[in-house]
Amino acid sequence: MNKLNFLQPDKNNLNTYLYTGVILVALSIFLVFLNSFFEKDLISFLPGTLSFFLPLILGFIGLHLIRIEYSGLKFLDSVNKNINTNNFNAFLSLLIVFAVIKSLPPILSWFILDANIAGDSKDVCTGTGACWTYIKIWFNRFMYGMYPNAEQWRINLSFIALAFLGTIGFFATEKFKKYLTLYYVVVYPVIAFFFIFFFISGGPIFFDFSYGIIAAVISIIIGFFIPSKFKMYYFIIVPITLYILLKYVFFYEELIELGKLEALEWVETGAWGGLSLTFIVSFFCLIFCFPIGLFLSLGRRSDFPIIKYFSIGMIEFWRGVPLITVLFMSSVMFPMFLPEDMFIDKLVRVIIAISLFEAAYVAEVIRGGLQALPRGQYDAAKSLGMGYWKMHILVILPQALKLVIPGIANTFLALVKDTPLIFVVGLLEIVGMLNLAKTNPEWLGFAMEGYVFASVLFFIICYAMSKYSYNLEQKYKTER
Amino acid sequence: MENRGITFGYGFLSQESSFDVQFSLIEFDGSHSYFRAYLVGLLNTILVSVIGIIFATIIGVVVGIARLSNNYLINKTAAVYVEFFRNIPLLLQIFFWYFAALRALPLPQDTEPMFGFFFLTIKGFFVPAFIWNNLDIFIYSIIAAIISIIFIRIYARKKQENEGIQTPVLSISIGLLIILPLLSFLFGGVDASVEVPVLKQLSQSGFTYEGGIKLPPELISLALALSLYTATFIAECVRAGVQGVSKGQKEAAASIGLTPNQVLKLVVMPQALRIIIPPTTNQYLNLTKNSSLAAAIAYPDLVLVFAGTALMQTGRAIEIVSITMLTYLSLSISISIFMNWYNKKIAIKEK
Repeated sequence: MNKLNFLQPDKNNLNTYLYTGVILVALSIFLVFLNSFFEKDLISFLPGTLSFFLPLILGFIGLHLIRIEYSGLKFLDSVNKNINTNNFNAFLSLLIVFAVIKSLPPILSWFILDANIAGDSKDVCTGTGACWTYIKIWFNRFMYGMYPNAEQWRINLSFIALAFLGTIGFFATEKFKKYLTLYYVVVYPVIAFFFIFFFISGGPIFFDFSYGIIAAVISIIIGFFIPSKFKMYYFIIVPITLYILLKYVFFYEELIELGKLEALEWVETGAWGGLSLTFIVSFFCLIFCFPIGLFLSLGRRSDFPIIKYFSIGMIEFWRGVPLITVLFMSSVMFPMFLPEDMFIDKLVRVIIAISLFEAAYVAEVIRGGLQALPRGQYDAAKSLGMGYWKMHILVILPQALKLVIPGIANTFLALVKDTPLIFVVGLLEIVGMLNLAKTNPEWLGFAMEGYVFASVLFFIICYAMSKYSYNLEQKYKTER
Repeated sequence: MENRGITFGYGFLSQESSFDVQFSLIEFDGSHSYFRAYLVGLLNTILVSVIGIIFATIIGVVVGIARLSNNYLINKTAAVYVEFFRNIPLLLQIFFWYFAALRALPLPQDTEPMFGFFFLTIKGFFVPAFIWNNLDIFIYSIIAAIISIIFIRIYARKKQENEGIQTPVLSISIGLLIILPLLSFLFGGVDASVEVPVLKQLSQSGFTYEGGIKLPPELISLALALSLYTATFIAECVRAGVQGVSKGQKEAAASIGLTPNQVLKLVVMPQALRIIIPPTTNQYLNLTKNSSLAAAIAYPDLVLVFAGTALMQTGRAIEIVSITMLTYLSLSISISIFMNWYNKKIAIKEK
């Protein structure tokens, strides 16, 4: 039998070292496990400090013993390579394992084992764990804010419809693929706006909407028979004329009757809230901030001093101030500059403010992409006789935007995470609703549950977004 | 504006403010002017930003290095931390710490002291205070030490460039930083004593601690949330910076006989810092701007004191909001000018 040297484990006595080491590590983990899950201390007979550190010491020695290079055992090698390369690493690994084992029981018991979800009042929450009943009861408020319960189907329907319309790109055939950009940049936002403006907010404006729909449908049907040469003029002129004719000349009375039948109850924006408001605000800000940021970034590289310095000023101003002061400005300062009888809705002001704010960040990100392109791209495009816009749309921007997908995604993520700030102007999205629910006298003391719930929601949303952007980045990655 | 009866002017800044602030670094009460209220807010903003920046840097660097570790567990733990704290809105985190986590702390009378002197209670964190005699001499001695360190560094670099002899700058600097303040204790008449917080009964059930320094829970939760949140971004900056140094550099350095420590110090770090510092400064700036979220939990920072209370009292919306914005703007523009200068200085000089 070879001599055993416990300071320097080697391959010759692999099994001896391995068994001793594994037993020691297993013992140390078992001790911590018993201690944390069953609150039993097998080694309490030892003096205080020693019994506290014994599992650590045992595990440390064990890991040292199994640290044998090129042992020939695949599993052992991968363990050594990944968590056990040297003493320091082994120590940290042990600490992490112990910390996880120690923290599991309290987390589990708070989240699941001792938590309550049954019932519908505060009285059922007797356990020491979380009170998910609170979330259950307030769920509607967290999702829809103060939106009337009976009307919430409108939000659901709009979101489902918009989600469906948003996935059209995946089903488009080759023939329509080239129109997809146009669809996503222009058509889809407009549809979304109509949905939210007329459907979620409802009210008398819906009447005008019915004229608009009829005008659009009629003009599209006739549009099929118009030669393509005139189509552009046709689609600009005819719908508007039709709309005016419909509204003021032909079916004035009848359509109002028709509209009244279908009129939805008006829900003012102050009543919107919860997660749906988070979605609405982030959606519109995303849509608006991107083109504004794009133009600002182009403007910053422009040759005209006026445009250039205006863009620089805009970008540096919005980037230099905190969002909360921008929202303050939009709520207290901005109305003072408006004519007396003019009133802009709070939500609209907020969306404008956030869009401008984030646009500055988007602009800087895109500028990074524009600067990263070699000059040759510009020169090549110019030598083909392309003008400024043609060059940018066909050559520069596709390449530049591809480069900055991660940056843009980060900005969009920041935007979504900034939406809770709209509490400053009194709009309560999900975090604001949580704070409101927390102060309800019947439900005091459940702040933790609410914040954990919202954190999980935001984490899912933001994590999904970042993973999606990573996929996009991989998809559009080109070797340069 | 005129037809709403609003006048414009900055005269109100010298008027008496007649409100009180919960927590301020300089003396402040209702008899002071609005300008002093502005200063109080500004100082509180700077305080929480500095605390946040220090902790965010420490946590960020540690997590960033952990993220580069080849230990699977450490790597994944750091990754989970980064993904988790980065994807939750900062405001939510501040609320969580303030309304949920810190509210679970014990009342002052039930608090067990940490290390004998620190009391973490629901009413705030009570720490011992130093009571100084001749504090100014002590501070001068530290400043003198720092200035002499700068000179020694310049001298050492010159010497190395001219004669190729390295001077142990680090040990000299540490020695100076210890010896000079020590001398001020021995000869400068500097004297410090520690004042430990003592439990005091206010009423039947109301207790508090007296003496020492009280850090209000608003400050703690704000600093905690800011540093934990910003640390995730700094960690990613650090990781990107170290990964951005190409492997060939390290191998080349090793092949000319530099020790691993020298490789890190002379080859990897200078190049990594060039990548790390600009985005990290950006994060510091973001942290400072994000500290304005203090208004949500009533920490008396610039936005709450000035754009909140003072605005409500005076109604000077335009002046106050513009002053507040200008303050943040000048802060960030001066930092970005400095960054541009720094970037130019350290950029690789290409022909």
